Amino acid sequence: MKRCLSPFMAALALLAAPALAQSKAKAQNVPEIPFDTVPNFLKLPPGLYMGEAMGVATNSKGHLFVFTRSANTRLFEFDQNGKYLREIGEGNYGFEFAHSVRVDPQDNIWVVDEGTNLVIKFNPAGKIVMVLGHRPEAVAGAVATNPPPPRQPAGKYTFGRPTDVGWDPQGDIFVSDGYVNNRVVKYDKNGRFLAQVGSETPGSGPEQLNLPHGLAVDAQGNVYVADRSNNRMQVYDNNLKFKASYDNIGTSWTVCVSPGPHQYLFTSNSNPNGNPPGSWENTGEIYKMELDGTILGKFGHAGKLPGGFQVVHMMDCRNPNEIIVAEIESWRVQKLLLKPPAEKPASAAAR
Amino acid sequence: MRNVWLAILAGAIPALAQAPEISFDSAADFLKLPNNIYLGEVAGVAANSKGEIFVYTRTGHPTITIGTSRPFAHGGSRLFEFNKSGGFVREIGQDSYGFLVAQQVRVDPQDNVWVVDQMSNMVIKFDPNGQVALLLGRKAESERVPAAPLVPQAEAAAGGRGVAGAETPARGGRGGPPGAGAQSDIFNRPTDVAWDSAGDIYVADGLGNARVAKFDKNGKFVKSWGSRGSGPGQFNQVHGIAIDANNNVYVADAGNNRIQVFGGDGTFKTQFTGIGSPAAICITPGARQFLYSSNSNPPDNIDAGGEIYKLDLTGKIAGKFGKAGKLPKEFGTVNAISCRSENELLVGEIGNWRVQKLTLR
Repeated sequence: MKRCLSPFMAALALLAAPALAQSKAKAQNVPEIPFDTVPNFLKLPPGLYMGEAMGVATNSKGHLFVFTRSANTRLFEFDQNGKYLREIGEGNYGFEFAHSVRVDPQDNIWVVDEGTNLVIKFNPAGKIVMVLGHRPEAVAGAVATNPPPPRQPAGKYTFGRPTDVGWDPQGDIFVSDGYVNNRVVKYDKNGRFLAQVGSETPGSGPEQLNLPHGLAVDAQGNVYVADRSNNRMQVYDNNLKFKASYDNIGTSWTVCVSPGPHQYLFTSNSNPNGNPPGSWENTGEIYKMELDGTILGKFGHAGKLPGGFQVVHMMDCRNPNEIIVAEIESWRVQKLLLKPPAEKPASAAAR
Repeated sequence: MRNVWLAILAGAIPALAQAPEISFDSAADFLKLPNNIYLGEVAGVAANSKGEIFVYTRTGHPTITIGTSRPFAHGGSRLFEFNKSGGFVREIGQDSYGFLVAQQVRVDPQDNVWVVDQMSNMVIKFDPNGQVALLLGRKAESERVPAAPLVPQAEAAAGGRGVAGAETPARGGRGGPPGAGAQSDIFNRPTDVAWDSAGDIYVADGLGNARVAKFDKNGKFVKSWGSRGSGPGQFNQVHGIAIDANNNVYVADAGNNRIQVFGGDGTFKTQFTGIGSPAAICITPGARQFLYSSNSNPPDNIDAGGEIYKLDLTGKIAGKFGKAGKLPKEFGTVNAISCRSENELLVGEIGNWRVQKLTLR
């Protein structure tokens, strides 16, 4: 009887796994990194409101770009002190449902919109200079999604709810794609398709992905992918061949790699949307790692007040000791000032 | 001299690769927009007699709002005017009821500005002051959500974007049997408009229907011709229309990879092939007229096609230029060519959200 039941129970456990955050593998006894949050960091003018803060990124001057879902999806720029400067891309054709904003080494601003299936490059002046993907034509109308349409092969130049963008030192472009497709695509700097890893079909093999939700590229051109529904981070080389898998960091929602000679890797085990029972006890923390996967420490936990995290959706780590986080469910961007880690692992690390 | 010989050679051998390359320069950053205005997909671009430029673009938020039990469609396209140096002048038709999915803009000899909207199924004439002067077609009162298929079964089977098995029109206000369209100004995804020397109006109709509809200059229906198919006088995606000084009507029959030439009464005269799938065409003015035709790449592929052909009015290919891509001098799904001057063209791109001003050499 036991023999008959155990596969069934195993299957049941697998099915239940997404709901049980504590079942996701996490490293134990990780040092806690203390931090302060800068109070009222972003100062919006009267009449402007942030919605869900999906993307945040800084440029070389420290200016912040925030991609937010308000009544319309909007892109705001702030100076390094959090003072509001301007809006970019107001009313443009590509803004329907924000997902990510990143700034490349030339200070171009790239946004990823999962409502229009577009990756849009703005130059530093705020002018659109490249578009990747194609927005489905409005004349086609709203498409039925229940039942879902049959899975279509992933096109070279079209996306299915893309999630993030990054660049290697040559300027080649990497796009994580996304909720409908399950792949990372590499383009040259002029937007021509070069390679992909994964496909339209989700999977858990080393060169398969299941909701690639964010990515970052290091100075060697290696690509770190937040493989969210596989509860892991996948590392690929510059040609998108498998290198490594880090699976002791909970659910990798979003990743960033700091610049400079010694690069650090950050990943967020964000608390799930909707704050299901028990989720605050074992999600919400951000891990600081070496590029080889060694965990150096962690900080933060789920919570609604400043200092707590409400579904961290994106991080900027241009300065690895000043992490800027965008949160979905608190409609907020926080600037976190990290302090030297505690001498010994904090007891909370065992949670 | 070498170019001339190549041109003659190309005309004699109607193969795609034989057309000589025309060298050209591009000003891809030609239009200057105010900070808070962005071009989206440029479906239409046209110049008037003074060189002023009109751009009809898919931008902003195509929106469906909740009414009673019927969802209503709004917005999604805008019409901008620029001076001949590319400086922004004004917006025309702000929040127009008929601006949903931009398809084309053309300027007639009297400098009226005509827009064709693929989703509102309307052709709208603005006078030079920007006032609405004439309307053809009517926007559907409401949308179906989820949408019904866009195109009839026959076209779906031929590679159209709709879902096979559809027999009902996608939205209220569309009529006529599948293919030909009603004998009226009920359009189904119209694409373009042109005029003969008498001012009669010809509408390319279109992606849903498969006909050319002719109206007199007052907008009264005269006749239409065409049905779905590949024979002479039949169409598969009527993607553009242009009329020469002798009132011959050139129809871009994109799905059949040809341009068909008709008399003003719809009599088939000839067809031009070897130019890929013509998605945008224009005819230059003047004593010796030329025809430009774009073999536009589909929006989901920049690795093939994209070149523009120059032909004389007998269909001889004089040359070609360009290819698909995202850089300046490359083309991303050209949907409009304005050729008021033989060697200075404006092209509007769906894929690259821009207008390039090309100087041919």
